[in-house]
Amino acid sequence: MSNDQQTEAESFLPDFNSTSAVTYRHFRHVKDVATRYLMAAGGISVIIAITLIAFYLFYVVMPMFKGAEIELVSSYSIPGNDDETTLYLAMEEQHEVGMRINESGEVIFFSTVNGDLRDTFQIPVPAYAEITAISYGDPAERMVGLGLSDGTVVLFQHNYKISYPDDKRLITPELYYPFGQQPLQVLSSGDAIQHLSVQYDEEQATIAAKGYGARVMLLNLSREESMLSDEVEIVEQTGELLLEAEQLQQLIIDKEQRELYAAAESGQIYYFDITDKSDAELIHKVQAVDQGVKITAMEFLTGGISILVGDSNGHIAQWFPVRDENNNYTLEKIRSFEKRDKAIIQIVPEYFRKGFLAINDANELGIYHTTAHRTVLLESIASEGLESLTISPRANAMLIKTADGQLHYWHIDNEHPEISFKSIWGKVWYESRSQPEYIWQSSSASSDFEPKFSLSPLAFGTLKASFYAMLFAMPLAILGAMYTAYFMSSKMRQVVKPTIEIMEALPTVILGFLAGLWLAPFVEKHLPGMFIMLVTIPVSVLLSAAVWGQLPGKVRHKIPDGWEAALLAPVIIIAVLISVQISQPIENLFFNGNMPLWLSQEMGITYDQRNSLVVGIAMGFAVIPTIFSISEDAIYSVPKHLTTGSLALGATPWQTMVRVVLLTASPGIFSAIMIGLGRAVGETMIVVMATGNTAIMDLSIFEGFRALSANIAVEMPESEVGSTHYRILFLAGLVLFIATFFFNTVAELVRQRLRTKYSSL
Amino acid sequence: MTNKIKTWFSTGEPYIWLNAGAVSVSIIMVAGLVILIAVRGLGHFWPADIAAFDYYAEPDAEPVALLGELVDEETVSRARAGKVIYPGETVTRYLIKTGNRDVVGLDFRWVLAAGIQNKSFPEDIIVVERREWGNLYGYLKAIQIDGKTITGTENLWELFEQKVEESNATFEQIRYIEKSQIGKINFGMERLRLKERQYELDGEKTPERLQELNAKRDKFQSEYNQLTERLSELYDELNRNSFVASLSNGREVTVKFLNVVRAHRPNAMGVVEKTGFYFEKLWEFVAEDPREANTEGGIFPAIFGTVLMVIIMAIMVTPFGVVAAVYLREYAKQGPLTRLIRIAVNNLAGVPSVVYGVFGLGFFVYFLGGSIDQLFFEASLPAPTFGTPGLLWASLTLAILTVPVVIVATEEGLSRVPRAIREGSLALGATKAETMWRTVLPMTASAMITGLILAVARAAGEVAPLMLVGVVKLAPSLAIDANAPFLHLDRKFMHLGFHIYDVGFQSPNVEAARPLVYSTALLLVILIITLNLTAIRIRNSLREKYRAAEQG
Repeated sequence: MSNDQQTEAESFLPDFNSTSAVTYRHFRHVKDVATRYLMAAGGISVIIAITLIAFYLFYVVMPMFKGAEIELVSSYSIPGNDDETTLYLAMEEQHEVGMRINESGEVIFFSTVNGDLRDTFQIPVPAYAEITAISYGDPAERMVGLGLSDGTVVLFQHNYKISYPDDKRLITPELYYPFGQQPLQVLSSGDAIQHLSVQYDEEQATIAAKGYGARVMLLNLSREESMLSDEVEIVEQTGELLLEAEQLQQLIIDKEQRELYAAAESGQIYYFDITDKSDAELIHKVQAVDQGVKITAMEFLTGGISILVGDSNGHIAQWFPVRDENNNYTLEKIRSFEKRDKAIIQIVPEYFRKGFLAINDANELGIYHTTAHRTVLLESIASEGLESLTISPRANAMLIKTADGQLHYWHIDNEHPEISFKSIWGKVWYESRSQPEYIWQSSSASSDFEPKFSLSPLAFGTLKASFYAMLFAMPLAILGAMYTAYFMSSKMRQVVKPTIEIMEALPTVILGFLAGLWLAPFVEKHLPGMFIMLVTIPVSVLLSAAVWGQLPGKVRHKIPDGWEAALLAPVIIIAVLISVQISQPIENLFFNGNMPLWLSQEMGITYDQRNSLVVGIAMGFAVIPTIFSISEDAIYSVPKHLTTGSLALGATPWQTMVRVVLLTASPGIFSAIMIGLGRAVGETMIVVMATGNTAIMDLSIFEGFRALSANIAVEMPESEVGSTHYRILFLAGLVLFIATFFFNTVAELVRQRLRTKYSSL
Repeated sequence: MTNKIKTWFSTGEPYIWLNAGAVSVSIIMVAGLVILIAVRGLGHFWPADIAAFDYYAEPDAEPVALLGELVDEETVSRARAGKVIYPGETVTRYLIKTGNRDVVGLDFRWVLAAGIQNKSFPEDIIVVERREWGNLYGYLKAIQIDGKTITGTENLWELFEQKVEESNATFEQIRYIEKSQIGKINFGMERLRLKERQYELDGEKTPERLQELNAKRDKFQSEYNQLTERLSELYDELNRNSFVASLSNGREVTVKFLNVVRAHRPNAMGVVEKTGFYFEKLWEFVAEDPREANTEGGIFPAIFGTVLMVIIMAIMVTPFGVVAAVYLREYAKQGPLTRLIRIAVNNLAGVPSVVYGVFGLGFFVYFLGGSIDQLFFEASLPAPTFGTPGLLWASLTLAILTVPVVIVATEEGLSRVPRAIREGSLALGATKAETMWRTVLPMTASAMITGLILAVARAAGEVAPLMLVGVVKLAPSLAIDANAPFLHLDRKFMHLGFHIYDVGFQSPNVEAARPLVYSTALLLVILIITLNLTAIRIRNSLREKYRAAEQG
């Protein structure tokens, strides 16, 4: 600074080559360069930040379409006495402890990672008997039934106590005998049990057992609290049912203990209703596989509604009872999975999802999901023959036993098997439904509920909303734009343009709230009036035009050209009032005084108070300004020499408008419509508030819908991070993003071309 | 005649009129909407007269004495009215606010006009706004002070008003202690807990430190005990006084003054008094906290939350938006890539706001917030600090949502600066940065402000993304308070737009809440129209200025 002052005294500017000037120049240069880099860095990072959105949405959505991955953790020889046949393998929730039951009734608990023994228990099998059958019911209940050679059954549960000594998890396995250690006599004949099925829950247990012959015996044990004391009494109930076939492959009872399926080796499946154990009833019998093919495995899918049937040809099919119009149930084949030529050895359902695993003779493991109809993984996993398989309750680990007496412990990474292109967009035959449908139902109270993630009804809702909104908005906006740009006096234009801009800025939550709380009841009350307005408003406009034309010139010239819209305002208000007033008499005359009721009773059209008509008006209101502004711009900037030329050649203003102006501006109007459509598709609050938000697929103007955007807003806060539901909501967001991006890009490209066209004209 | 019409149509005149009609319809809709909200939103605060009448639900039924305020009136056809015994083609019915929800169960009921008899407007009807159970409509019978009952004196009402005032003053004290002082202690206690946990995590929990913490804790505890003692004294004082009112059905109820917000006798009030009361209510609406699940009281926290969120958003969006625009227009090489970027930015302005909300929730809240919690707020885990929706993330999400608006507006401003000015500056030896900073940007200032105002207006009205990233129906405390660090960016907040949605659609008592929703909507509309008109005005003056600059 001081340097500067000295030089200043000598001359006005410092010497060009003086140190101070050089330093200052250098400083300025550095500042200039620094600014350039700063701006570039800042600008590019902002641009990256906002484009990050699309990538992030993709990033969240992608894992849904990934297949499963499995990884072998360890192999070891089978724990416990390896001379004896293994009857059953299982794992507990943390997949830390595995369980093996062998033919002498030993229950061996071992570490899944290395096969070290943790604990061994002996089931009290009487010395004179041996185990001839085993059943494990619903795996989530951890109940195992052993059928003995004297016609008795032992029931026990394998439980796992978790404690945290020294802050480390310790899992202690235990056995629990809910009906005592004494075997229960099921086959009174004393025959050896050939086939057994047990189911157990808090209230009751049901055992179905088959010895030799075609008879299946049922035993139901239910706990009942006696009326007088608090003691629990166990009530026994027995029954029997007769099969035609003697050679059974599998017998299973559902977890509600109301249905029994029996698969004969020859391929028939018998479906019994055993709600009343003493009076079992055959509901349906079906030949489930081709002649000559054997059923080799049959299991319930979790939930106990569907059965999975595997055969010697390598087919796996899902079946469940379907109700017809007459309330008769028949067993139907719902879908079948990839044929693998080799016999299915075992099917293992997941505990909490509608997926399952299967192994076959070709040493292949398949992971499937029924709802998605998807083979998530199919891999040959061993060179030795596969014998049996078990999955952990959380479906993230499995144990596989091979013929060489080895156990293999695998990790499974299979987060989102329930998603496939078909399950999102196509019709899916969900459990307990009578036909394939599009359904969105993301959650329910029960844990084994089948999530229904069909985006189709939501996308339909979005399109329906946009359709009605555009139906309402397009004529008003485009006609209005034509008038404002071309015929309106500039003074009035200065009022109209800002008004429309304010209309655009109105928060949609206000439009939605008015639509839901004011417009919807209003429309319901004046339904005929709403339709009468469609006639009265144009007619009154035309009439006033005619009357205006007949007025003496003196009056007409008082108001300059281009003020027609202002003149029409009172006329239209009166037309609206009249329509509302005559609504009720008309309703009384033609619709028995209540048009919504008349619609549903006489026409069979459901009328929701918050319906598409209301949404159409409210959302139309939100879209009008967008379309209006852009088309007005396009029409207004049509070069003046085109219009003056047309007028000079003798065309009327209207002819000029339609034949010259509109034609030139039509790409602009098209892009306006596209942008309006983009706005309608993404609009959220109006659809949340002005519709009933039920995901139905019906074009009726009197019914509601559920739109993609509304669905996101309503369900997103409740969805668990990283879950399939969460990701599919992201997918819905991505769909909206892509749709609007597409509309806007098309619009922008068209507009840019139009601009170059105008400048060349 | 038909010929005449034909020629008339061929002139195109009627079509032009139809076009004009479309404009009229649009303008009427906008005006109608604003008027509708204004009338409903402002009318609610006016103290309406309370009618007393005998109501015959059927001509020969036993009459019921009713007291209430006429809220709505409608005439419907017989078919829509359901079962009505009274004759007539149409049925007129009134919606009456009868209050006394604690006794009758509902505060509103529809009555048939034909069944109303002996209607009068007695001057001694009192309307008591209570802290719970809504309004009480009835007649003042007695006042109980310290167990003594005072009845029948002429100035019972004056005494009543005086007691209400007294109890409100005490109640203010209680509220101050509960919210401010006890709130502070709770905040401090929580701090101590986190500190202890942090020591534990770092393995530095020494006995000395623990002792220090416990000493502080004891100090808080003793303060707390004093305060609760004081509180119970105050409550005792309030609980001693009550009044007895008889309701329309003759039943007498005793209400504690503690429970009274304000009381008035609308039928005895003159226009001047009513106007005073009106403004009192209006002030309550904008300056007080909500009561009774947001259906009564004010919306101050919502106004506060909206404004604060918008300010934070503006602080973030302005520099970034301007920098991006300057880079795009002044520094980046103009070519297909910048054109592409421009289209993309333009398009982002059209991406649905709910998609931004989804992004904000996934990226900011769960990803960024979760990481911040892991790094800096380990002590309070598993309770999330920033890993949950809150003010910061809401502001950031809206900043991303509105940044295209600022970019587009600023770019437009930059493009309007005449070339000559730039070239002049450069020719005089200024560097590019200096040209930018000294000449171009100042000329663009108003364009930036326009962009900012438009961004603010958009942000203030957005609700869908906020539902995902931070807004709640009732925030326990404001995001700014007397506890360090004073501005709590991790807190959840209330928002005017969401308030409208929540009160209008999620409230258990929609009928009672509706007027407040209209008032809130009016406030929001006024805010947004003001912002937009300001932006429009600035833009227009801007255009004039540049036109002058270009010509001069």
